[in-house]
Amino acid sequence: MTDPIVGARIWLPEAALQGLIDQLRASGYEVVGPRVADGAVTLVEVTSISEMPRGVRDEQEPGKYRLTVIEGAGLFDHVVGPHSLKPYLFPPRTTVLEVLKIRDSWDARVPEPPRPKRAVIGVRSCDLHALAIQDRVFLGGQHRDPEYAARREGLFLIAVNCSRSAPTCFCVSMNTGPKVDGGADLVLTELNTGFVVEVGTEKGGEVLRGLDIRESTLAEFAEATEVPQRAASQQTRRINLATVHDTLINNLEHPRWEDVAKRCLSCANCTMVCPTCFCSTVNEVTDLAGDVTTRERVWESCFNEEHSWTGSGAAHPTTKSRYRQWLTHKLATWVDQFGSSGCVGCGRCITWCPVGIDITEEVAAIEAKGGVA
Amino acid sequence: MTALPVSPWRVSMTTIRAVKAETPGVTTYDLSFDDPAAGYSFLPGQFNMLYLPGIGESAISMSSDAAEPGKLRHTVRAVGNVTRAMERLLTGDKIGVRGPFGTSWPVEQSRGNDVIVAAGGLGLAPLRPAIYHLIRHRSSYGRVTVLYGARSPADLLYTDEYEAWHSAGLDVQVTVDVGSADWQGSIGFVTTLLSRVPLEPTRTDVFTCGPEVMMRFIASGAVNRGIAAGRVFVSLERNMNCAVGLCGHCQFGSEFVCKDGPVFPFDRVRRLMHVENI
Ligand SMILES: Cc1cc2nc3c(=O)[nH]c(=O)nc-3n(C[C@H](O)[C@H](O)[C@H](O)COP(=O)(O)OP(=O)(O)OC[C@H]3O[C@@H](n4cnc5c(N)ncnc54)[C@H](O)[C@@H]3O)c2cc1C
Ligand code: SF4
Ligand code: SF4
Repeated sequence: MTDPIVGARIWLPEAALQGLIDQLRASGYEVVGPRVADGAVTLVEVTSISEMPRGVRDEQEPGKYRLTVIEGAGLFDHVVGPHSLKPYLFPPRTTVLEVLKIRDSWDARVPEPPRPKRAVIGVRSCDLHALAIQDRVFLGGQHRDPEYAARREGLFLIAVNCSRSAPTCFCVSMNTGPKVDGGADLVLTELNTGFVVEVGTEKGGEVLRGLDIRESTLAEFAEATEVPQRAASQQTRRINLATVHDTLINNLEHPRWEDVAKRCLSCANCTMVCPTCFCSTVNEVTDLAGDVTTRERVWESCFNEEHSWTGSGAAHPTTKSRYRQWLTHKLATWVDQFGSSGCVGCGRCITWCPVGIDITEEVAAIEAKGGVA
Repeated sequence: MTALPVSPWRVSMTTIRAVKAETPGVTTYDLSFDDPAAGYSFLPGQFNMLYLPGIGESAISMSSDAAEPGKLRHTVRAVGNVTRAMERLLTGDKIGVRGPFGTSWPVEQSRGNDVIVAAGGLGLAPLRPAIYHLIRHRSSYGRVTVLYGARSPADLLYTDEYEAWHSAGLDVQVTVDVGSADWQGSIGFVTTLLSRVPLEPTRTDVFTCGPEVMMRFIASGAVNRGIAAGRVFVSLERNMNCAVGLCGHCQFGSEFVCKDGPVFPFDRVRRLMHVENI
């Protein structure tokens, strides 16, 4: 019997992926994976590999996303869609406080956060890096987010090495992919008839036990090594990670901010699809009788005016100031705050921007004509 | 399963003990914690999130003496949802409190130095705990000067206390932008007061709070008079939601104003304070 210890390289025939899903479900996990919905590859619950997007490829360009089906292509030939791990750890809507009115006073209590066991199949390297970034935001400081902690604890991650890049991907330049370099329980590389599986954690090895597995051959491993290399070689977009911090911080008054503000709709799509954006607002929701108030935390965006309201007006009253806040935060001030870039090069903000604003192009424009600060 | 972090959204209940109308639209509330074991304490310059169920929260600085944390006091200007609803509250009503949050005026670090407290308008509220501290420990400081400016005589806060501050050995100078029939005091901006006050730059610390433009002028004025920018402290205002650096609203460059501020040494924020809409 093959022993799937940490570091082992295992061969998992394609049919045995179903066994893996069954095994996870039997151990109490909800299994989430790629599935086509509303014309996009989303990350939702899957129970069977037949629900997964076999042969589906995503064509992505600035402001464009389209699916095509390629005969003979694999289960993971798509790259990242509009979903990421973010909503599973930092839900778009959650209750942080429940307040009950009792005569002339009230009783406030913090609800116990749910502690789901959830396994995600098909996580890409950029999204693992985004997760590590959100870990630093929500768990790395003096004040830690209990909801995030509860959801993080029960997460089981089955990553996939990308076999192709979309034209919008630029993870290579951000040092975040496409080859998975840690942070997952299992890492799959898809070959013609099955997967080479690298065991990342003991928990990962545990679920492989009892499945139809064997050690992978050297030839299979060599073939698997080439898969993410092929994806990497397809990337054309890039950001100069070494210089972008200073480029932006030294150009806060660059004319390009006005230029991009003319195109940007302040719609906030980019911040919603970004796997690292973490802004939120707590709203009051009161029942009709006025006896029960719940404080609900919802996703917020620096592109909304109310994000920066103060008694003396909005700190970011214009699209120019909001786009500048977003870009400088992602690529510069994030480094000062959390020790790494806030961007992992997934390209989602490029694809899902209705007017096709391209973060790499905006940086390049500022870099090319480096104005004075 | 490991223990989860404590929720930053936990709120403690307080009861309003007294309400005092200060100036038009500005009210001071005395609060006491319903749970006597709340164990609450704060430092001058810090703030609380004040909560009215069904309406929301506002960031409000403590304006009372930090040496008496049980007698919590907040001075609030009614400008929007929460602060206008607060205006309708009476003695005995409840206010939720989360806090204290943020950095404080460096009163300990300033021991032995001269201190200039420069306030504009409502900016005197978060500075009052610093003034009380300087008075309580008067002999530990050199010359202490309070420079205060408001739009008009009717907008001056805490007028019944200036005499006591003066008697305690503080040089209190007050000015208004626009005088009134019975105003005998100085007319002009608080920045003008600063330009005239005698000071020894190498032993003087400046604490300033008020509208951002005013703080910029005070801080630059102090630097022009030879005070190192690192000895000048400003208190910034940004939108606050969580107050613990998790919600993103209060960012100012790489600073989270809620936890890295609101009180900053001027040299740390100087450059950004000169960029519009940052
Ligand atoms: C660290 C810190 C300390 C502070 N200390 C004090 C203090 O001691 N005393 C004090 O009085 N204040 C203080 N403030 C300011 C205070 O927090 C704000 O004035 C308060 O939060 C306003 O809350 P609100 O719900 O009443 O107003 P909101 O309803 O949130 O409105 C605030 C402002 O937002 C804008 N706004 C709201 N709704 C709209 C809309 N629909 N369209 C356009 N604009 C809109 C307006 O400009 C309005 O004035 C402090 C702030 C900070 C950050
Ligand atoms: S900024 Fe854009 S490319 Fe970078 S992580 Fe966010 S969505 Fe992806
Ligand atoms: S950059 Fe694009 S997606 Fe982001 S707010 Fe502007 S228009 Fe919307």
